Amino acid sequence: MYDGAVQDLIDELGRLPGIGPKSAQRMAFHLLAADPVDVTRLVGAIQAVKDKVRFCDVCGNVAEGERCRICLDPRRDAHAICVVEEPKDVVAIERTREFRGLYHVLGGAISPMDGIGPGELRFAELMTRLASDEVTEVIVATDPNLEGEATASYLVRLLSSFEGITVSRLASGLPVGGDLEYADEVTLGRAFEGRRVMSRARPPAPTADPRAAEPAADPSAAEPAADQTAASAREAKTAYAPTGSE
Amino acid sequence: MHVRHLSLASFRSYDRAELPLVPGVTTLVGENGQGKTNLVEAIGYVATLASHRVATDAPLVKFGADQAIIRCAVVRDTREQLVELEINPGRANRARLGRAAQTRPRDVLGTLRTVLFAPEDLSLVKGDPGTRRRFVDDLLVARQPRWAGVRGDYERIVKQRNALLKSAAPVLRRGNRGASRPRRPDQEPVDEARASALHTLDVWNSHLSQVGSQLLYARLRILRDLGPHLAQAYAQVSDGAGEARVRYESSLHEGAAARIAGGDVPEPAELAELMLESLERLRAQEVERGVGLVGPHRDDIVLTLGELPAKGYASHGESWSFALGLKLAAYRLLRADLDDDPVLILDDVFAELDSGRRERLAAMIGDCEQVIITAAVGEDVPKSLGGQTFWVKDGEVVPG
Repeated sequence: MYDGAVQDLIDELGRLPGIGPKSAQRMAFHLLAADPVDVTRLVGAIQAVKDKVRFCDVCGNVAEGERCRICLDPRRDAHAICVVEEPKDVVAIERTREFRGLYHVLGGAISPMDGIGPGELRFAELMTRLASDEVTEVIVATDPNLEGEATASYLVRLLSSFEGITVSRLASGLPVGGDLEYADEVTLGRAFEGRRVMSRARPPAPTADPRAAEPAADPSAAEPAADQTAASAREAKTAYAPTGSE
Repeated sequence: MHVRHLSLASFRSYDRAELPLVPGVTTLVGENGQGKTNLVEAIGYVATLASHRVATDAPLVKFGADQAIIRCAVVRDTREQLVELEINPGRANRARLGRAAQTRPRDVLGTLRTVLFAPEDLSLVKGDPGTRRRFVDDLLVARQPRWAGVRGDYERIVKQRNALLKSAAPVLRRGNRGASRPRRPDQEPVDEARASALHTLDVWNSHLSQVGSQLLYARLRILRDLGPHLAQAYAQVSDGAGEARVRYESSLHEGAAARIAGGDVPEPAELAELMLESLERLRAQEVERGVGLVGPHRDDIVLTLGELPAKGYASHGESWSFALGLKLAAYRLLRADLDDDPVLILDDVFAELDSGRRERLAAMIGDCEQVIITAAVGEDVPKSLGGQTFWVKDGEVVPG
């Protein structure tokens, strides 16, 4: 324990996410030794973020005015809305430069354990946007964990009443540039489930089984089961891909 | 597979301990409280990353030390692998496999497989359903580690869903009772909240049935495979007195539960549908009580001896033999599955059995690659087993 102000600073810093007591102590002593100008600048930045930054009235992203930079940009495609949990996710998707549409930030995921239900998230705002705008596609980009999946299925149910809107979900799969052998079994299982057809079989006669033309047909259906246990393991793997918790 | 060497530092009562082991039978003899079980507990920990006696790691570290270290040399076929575990209560444990740098502790799973029978396992027969569910689920994970993930997901879904049932109960209940009462116009906003809560509940229902049906299917399959092994193992231990059987008692609605109890194993997709149906039927009750009533976490595995349930009807000795039969069945299942013998650990078992059962058990385990036995009295272990003996006294292990 330190005296007064130093301990107060350590306690405050220790409440920040990802900062433990040791890091908090290190930061506090760094600030204590730092140039007063630097400290003033830091204080100013913290103050400014609380004073100036607010959330976009339309999409819920961080903004400096009523609307965020993306909602104000006339070049963005207003037909597609990508639904994410947090403003951080907007930044992550923006880095890809793949998506030119608009966003909708929910402000979290459904998690009854943390007291977060649909009422706490910005679903109502999304419904309003969909009712009035010329949106034709909604891309659900919630986190690929249990709560994110629950939020996605809730959203899909809500959107089922909008007939003119295509709803899609981001794919899960293998990291690019990685080695297959390092992938964990859940990710690999998902990647199998969502595999893409690269070259389709061309049967001489039209096939009677409609499933044969489906891209994600059950692979175990095609081969005879060598032994029951192995077959069940294969079935289980393809039929269910557990969401990656932690 | 077998353990060639076990070495402990600051583990339980041991400052240091070195235990050289060989294939075949090893008997650890010592008076009560001398540290026999601590040795087999350490071997079990290497296999499962958990103790069979305590739920947390803190008691595993010798009083006054910050960390415990277990080193274990495991031989499979002719290849030897060294596992090193550092148990740090309150911090992340660390693991090392072979000469490699550190790995995640869970990568160690599968290097050593054990089946451990201890006096605590009597609760498989006499205890509550949770103990039996854990036994089956642990066996699933031992067979295919992937099930650990499914099980974790399922437990989380149940927690989330129960939290929802609890927190949304006032809103949901209003609807339950309101159904019989004419709705007043000023209740409109409440209905909206209720619709939203029901919607959310539907989402969790579908997750629960999807993941829950996988878990249920896996349990039913493994019990079907376990059944014959159990009947045989129990008959051998008890010399043919009554037939030991397991019956799955599902929390699904009556029709489905009866099918499952009768030994039918529906496909996962059908189980998911049945689970959804059962959730629908019990919705009012679940809302009223604020807790989930359907799913694998509410199921039981009923053990029967002849026509009667073992719980409540079996004698102490019969219960003991039944629990032993379950563990031996698990051993045989894993052995057939992995094409390799797990290490069999029998902690303090022989003292509880009559001399006939002792001899029959000894005959059953004679062909296992490695068996580690603890006993307070050396004479309890049949001479016919042979093998090496160690004396354990005051935290010292000496060859006998």
